[in-house]
Amino acid sequence: MDENPPMRVDRLTEPLLAFRRIDKGFFGVKVLEGVSFEVHAGCALGLVGENGAGKSTLMNIVGGNLCADAGEMRWNGGRYSPRSPREAERAGVAFIHQELNLFQNLTIAENLFIGGFPRRLGLIDRRAMGERARAVLREVRLEHGPDTPVERLSAGERQLVEIAKAMMGEARLIILDEPTTSLTTRETGRLFEMVRQLRERGLALIYISHNLEQVRALCDDLVILRDGQVVGSGAMSGFTLDRMVSLMVGREITQFFPTRTSRPSTEVLLEVRGVSQPGMVRAVTFELHRGEVLGISGLMGSGRSELARILFGLDDCSAGEIRLAGECLNPLPPRERIARGMAFLTEDRRADGLCLEASVGDNITLVALGRMVGRTKAVRREEAQAAVRRMREAVRLTPGARDGQPVKTLSGGNQQKVVLAKWILNEPKVFILDEPTRGIDVGAKCEVYRLINELAGRGAGVLMISSEVEELIGMCDRILVMNRGAIGDSIEPGQFDRERILRSALHSGVLA
Amino acid sequence: MRGPLWQRTTVTLMNQASLILFAVVLVVFGLLAPAFRDPQNGLNILIQASSTGILAVGMTFVLLTAGVDLSVGAIMFVAAALSGKFVLGGGSLPMALLIMLLVGAGFGAVNGLFITRLGIMAFVVTLATRYFGRGLGLQITETRAMNLPDSFYELGAARVVGVPVPVLIFAGVVVVAHVVLTRTPFGRQIYAVGADLEAARKAGIRTRWVLWVVYMICGVCAAVAGVVALSQAPAVSPGFGNNREFLAIAAAVLGGTSLFGGRGAVFPGTVLGAVLIQTLENGLNILNVNPYLYPLITSGVIFVAVLLDSLRNGWLVRWNRRKIFVTPDEVGGNSQGLKRET
Repeated sequence: MDENPPMRVDRLTEPLLAFRRIDKGFFGVKVLEGVSFEVHAGCALGLVGENGAGKSTLMNIVGGNLCADAGEMRWNGGRYSPRSPREAERAGVAFIHQELNLFQNLTIAENLFIGGFPRRLGLIDRRAMGERARAVLREVRLEHGPDTPVERLSAGERQLVEIAKAMMGEARLIILDEPTTSLTTRETGRLFEMVRQLRERGLALIYISHNLEQVRALCDDLVILRDGQVVGSGAMSGFTLDRMVSLMVGREITQFFPTRTSRPSTEVLLEVRGVSQPGMVRAVTFELHRGEVLGISGLMGSGRSELARILFGLDDCSAGEIRLAGECLNPLPPRERIARGMAFLTEDRRADGLCLEASVGDNITLVALGRMVGRTKAVRREEAQAAVRRMREAVRLTPGARDGQPVKTLSGGNQQKVVLAKWILNEPKVFILDEPTRGIDVGAKCEVYRLINELAGRGAGVLMISSEVEELIGMCDRILVMNRGAIGDSIEPGQFDRERILRSALHSGVLA
Repeated sequence: MRGPLWQRTTVTLMNQASLILFAVVLVVFGLLAPAFRDPQNGLNILIQASSTGILAVGMTFVLLTAGVDLSVGAIMFVAAALSGKFVLGGGSLPMALLIMLLVGAGFGAVNGLFITRLGIMAFVVTLATRYFGRGLGLQITETRAMNLPDSFYELGAARVVGVPVPVLIFAGVVVVAHVVLTRTPFGRQIYAVGADLEAARKAGIRTRWVLWVVYMICGVCAAVAGVVALSQAPAVSPGFGNNREFLAIAAAVLGGTSLFGGRGAVFPGTVLGAVLIQTLENGLNILNVNPYLYPLITSGVIFVAVLLDSLRNGWLVRWNRRKIFVTPDEVGGNSQGLKRET
């Protein structure tokens, strides 16, 4: 290990939670090895690492979902080995998962109290529940009544309900796992403010994220995991972003974005003219050329994903025209657009991109399977298997994954590679990528970039939607910036500038 | 909510689809058959609906957890057969009723055990116990119809403050079930488990225990439904309770309970569904319609109810589709659409 500045010592001597040489393995594969670090009250600790580094496993051990094979945890000075989420919760550990665990069919108050309702004569004491809920909702500044069904809330508001829940359980440690991926910028700001307040109140926080800037801005201490081991820990001030990244991947990344050798041609592949849909997108017009990577930037909620859905035929548009290689696509359903060479990687791979229970092989062949049939319309298995093998190699899927393994058991990065393999097998002409690197680790990101370049090199047009401006600058030939449903700016190569992109995205004069 | 006024009004109406269907059915029969309008006939419908209604209340608990119990008809049969045997052998009525309830709880416990401990799908488990129960019942009754003493019939004919006992039992079951579902922690946890089992587990809910109790409740309800059925016709035939599970599911679904779990209610939902199905049968009976047409007409009404519900959901989804900016002509409208974000 390295000589980082020691963690701050101006706090209570006793750590709230200490890990001592934690080991954990699944089916003989070591996932965690000798993990030791401490979490202190009143401090936020950032936990970073590539997907599959062991963060989730470690947090599941803290949260009582899993048991460590060896080593011990100490909580407030005593031994701590929760055997169920309930026990962990009682000890004062609150978990805010990547996928929120709220019950949409219940009200806010019911969600807050689902683990233990206030009772009177065996029945739920609604008045007490309402009062206590209102008090805590005020604290997190959520402007909804306690009887509002959760299904009416936005993603950010739901996150606040989760935090309210953690505060109500009198949690002493709150674990936040990628809490900002589905939040708008404003909601993220509100969340951070909340987190800082909690820390000041003496709560301990573990903040898990791939967004290293956010981790830097928010946390006091840092722990970096790689392959199940702590490869760096200490006060945040001792880490630069570069250093964090290089520790995470174990090598200095010299060139993050692979250079593309091909150049876009002048041949128009996809032509979008005045596409509008009330409340979603307004008069969107652009052209996508053969071999071009066209970036779409914009804030969350600027209409990027909505545009993508319209282009792919998932939603209607009230006006405008979409042409693929000259042919008008407007009335065609997604199936027909796929047949004409369109592909769409959605922003939510778990919900839209994969059949989670199905195998790697079945997922990869899902789209192109119709072409791999014999005269009897039965699938030619050898052909399908060969295709799966070819695609696995093309996207460099982890060799550890078997073809028959359910996709849900793969890490986020490998899942994304499966989605890409599925579409690439169909040899797309126009590939729409909505947040292709969201929630995946640095190594997998590089692979995704490489694949995008390869697609463009083969003459496909790539439409790349992303919230990461650097990624667009590093990858794209041209960048469109969306703002309130319209294209606010089109930035030509050579003029890429982080500030200009952000300014156009934030500019609110369009619909004054 | 957006959309033209007429659509919004329609949706408000469609929220009460089963209530409106019920009203339509009442009016149609009332116009066609004067005998249908007799208040006594209304009471008859309630009496006839009690057994299925109680069964459907138990089924609602199970459906709310996204499960299903196909064994309830068989539970009725075994419970009735055992207690019939007991009474015919000289046992007392209260003891016989207790035996029925125990049989119901026992079957429910076994169902729940297999589902929660062995992780077998509810459909498969209860399909197995259904066949087991029917076979066991035939063994007990030696495949003969068993006529029970009049004490059962007297139970059904008795009235307490003018209310027939079957209706009283039905009402009692509904009130208890409604309070449990809406007012107790356990009831709300049932909804949570049905919405997302894994999330419920992570929220510290004892999901296995909840599921287990739910199947017990369903089993006990089946036994009570058996008691009520016997009180109306005190005989246990080999077909006793056969296929009643489907009637119970139909009643619950007609009342707006989702098969995917987490959505539905005993009152008014399931109660209305059960009474509606019985009203149809009663009305058709009075009108002397060919009995072979009953299933067609009943299925037609169920189809219409489900169709209306799905139409309504479709509209709601369309209106509540998220919008990312508000165009000037919409500014005055309700901003519901802005609330949803991905």
